[in-house]
Amino acid sequence: MSDRILSCSAALAEALHEEMSRDETIFILGEDLTAHAGIFGQFKGLPEKFPDRIIDTPISETAILGVGLGSALTGMRPFVDLHFSDFVTCCMDELANQTAKIRYMFGGQVNVPMVIWCPDGGGLRAAAQHSQSLEAWFVHTPGLKVVVPSEPADVKGLIKAAIRDDDPVMVFQHKKLFARQGKVPENDFTIPLGQAATKREGKDVSLLCYGSGFYLCTEAVKELGHLNVDVEVVDLRTLKPLDMDTVAHSIKKTHRAVVVHEACLTGGFGAELTARIQDELFDYLDAPVKRVAAKDVPIPFSPPLEDYVLPKVSDVVRAARTVAYR
Amino acid sequence: MTNQDQDYISYYRTMVTIRQFETLAGELFAAAKIPGFIHLSIGQEASAVGVCSCLRSDDYLTTTHRGHGHMIAKGADVKKMVAEIFGKKTGYCKGKGGSMHIADFSLGILGANGVVAGGLPIVTGAGVSIKMRKTDQVAVCFYGDGAANRGTVHEAMNMASIWKLPIVFVIENNHYASTTPQNYACSVSDIHSRSASYNIPGTAVDGNNVLKVREVTLKAVQRARKGDGPSAIESKTYRIRGHFEGDPQKYRTESEVAAWKNKNDPIKRFGDYLAQKKILTKELNQQIWHEVQYELKEAVAFAEQSPYPEPQEALDDLWVNYHS
Repeated sequence: MSDRILSCSAALAEALHEEMSRDETIFILGEDLTAHAGIFGQFKGLPEKFPDRIIDTPISETAILGVGLGSALTGMRPFVDLHFSDFVTCCMDELANQTAKIRYMFGGQVNVPMVIWCPDGGGLRAAAQHSQSLEAWFVHTPGLKVVVPSEPADVKGLIKAAIRDDDPVMVFQHKKLFARQGKVPENDFTIPLGQAATKREGKDVSLLCYGSGFYLCTEAVKELGHLNVDVEVVDLRTLKPLDMDTVAHSIKKTHRAVVVHEACLTGGFGAELTARIQDELFDYLDAPVKRVAAKDVPIPFSPPLEDYVLPKVSDVVRAARTVAYR
Repeated sequence: MTNQDQDYISYYRTMVTIRQFETLAGELFAAAKIPGFIHLSIGQEASAVGVCSCLRSDDYLTTTHRGHGHMIAKGADVKKMVAEIFGKKTGYCKGKGGSMHIADFSLGILGANGVVAGGLPIVTGAGVSIKMRKTDQVAVCFYGDGAANRGTVHEAMNMASIWKLPIVFVIENNHYASTTPQNYACSVSDIHSRSASYNIPGTAVDGNNVLKVREVTLKAVQRARKGDGPSAIESKTYRIRGHFEGDPQKYRTESEVAAWKNKNDPIKRFGDYLAQKKILTKELNQQIWHEVQYELKEAVAFAEQSPYPEPQEALDDLWVNYHS
């Protein structure tokens, strides 16, 4: 099957076109969807093709999430667009207290096949309320699966898997990556939730990353190569369920690991992953695990401030050198 | 007996079932047989039965922390309810939910809810689903005067109105949000009047008169089924028991409770009406109370004899599939 070059936005739109053609119970719900086919152009062609299945809502996040849930309980497969992941706070009860728990509280009587799609991340000078990376909150909420794609092919394969999944899935897609291009297979493929990808093989240090962190790692590869540090890049892709086998396979080879994410450091997903590595792989480690993350402040507006707070390629290089003792 | 007489007897029997279920639950709680805490709906039976008597089994319902009566009125199995409240494996939710989280999806009951006003966004979703699937189902949401002050109500009612969803919003105004009186916490004395701001027709009804509740609900359900959009009904009633069993109830006087209990008991009112119409004889009335008592005794025995879940069953039912 031939590959084409698509942007992350186009990959998302293609995944939705394919899935909505396949299953008429799938619909998209959210703010400002149809006028511009999504604020990032991510729903291109969908309003024309599925006019009854892409629904513009009032600015009512609580009800948007609730409508997603209520429709999922009664035969539909909603794809809820949260507009900006930051607005999840406006529907936190519907998400964390209702959506995540309903199947469990009711003893497995019902499925909740629902995707909550959250454009996230910083670097766009969008300041503190439009720039966050909140995935760790939901990894910490039993009942929600958490997916963070990086490359366009991952976007397509993971979105399709998330839509077909019978549990609620949160997908965090970095806003700065919408225009990123990459090869995407033309065929109807899915990437199973809970399957990481070793995207570069190396022998010295495992860089464990996801979302925008993946690009920090790939950009660090060359400089680390000049320093004679041969890194392996593991894109986790799904944080819950987590593919610990692929992580373990990599660390058993390199014996050194750096976890890279854009979310702030304290209580971030890196803390969880590092804890699991020391618990399950302690004997394989030759150095303490390092974490690369944003500083523990809200994301500031002014460019020098934001650049200072967000993790950089040089942070990844430094951390990899530290664990490699070079 | 005419068909209508038989229907009336059936409503009466359901009200008696709710009353006896709640009374028994209170006794069992006092005897420490029920873990946690429970909220009883004694005094509100006419509201539950009046509304649910207008629904089909495929119509949807969301209810509240005070939901036993609504569940029974929608046809739930009292055995599985008691077992759930006891925390037993044979309960509706295999012991994972308890009193505040009972559901029966086979009857369209999308769940009681531990979060006040939690049902409104969900019922709005059920309404969207009905509309998209092009069926003539109706979705009903019970909520209280306390819930009426939550922001979710605004979002849900506005959405239901702009999309003309087949929803009936039933405000059960029992005059107290836990300890807080409605006349203190609500900006209006008639909560249904707020629905005008959403362009949703609203009406108040004597919530302790089952036939009046039924009359207004029938209109609202017919309107929804026809595709004419949502309605709001404020069922004015009174909670005879505390907010929860064991509530010291310092926020109201004994005489206030006694006035409702003695002069405005919905079951006595309906029973007297049926007796006056010669539909309910003294004998039939006694028979109904005895039959319900027996049915509930059986339900309690079923629950008592049922096993608790195995501790490790706590790890089941979270996911449909999970591969890590």
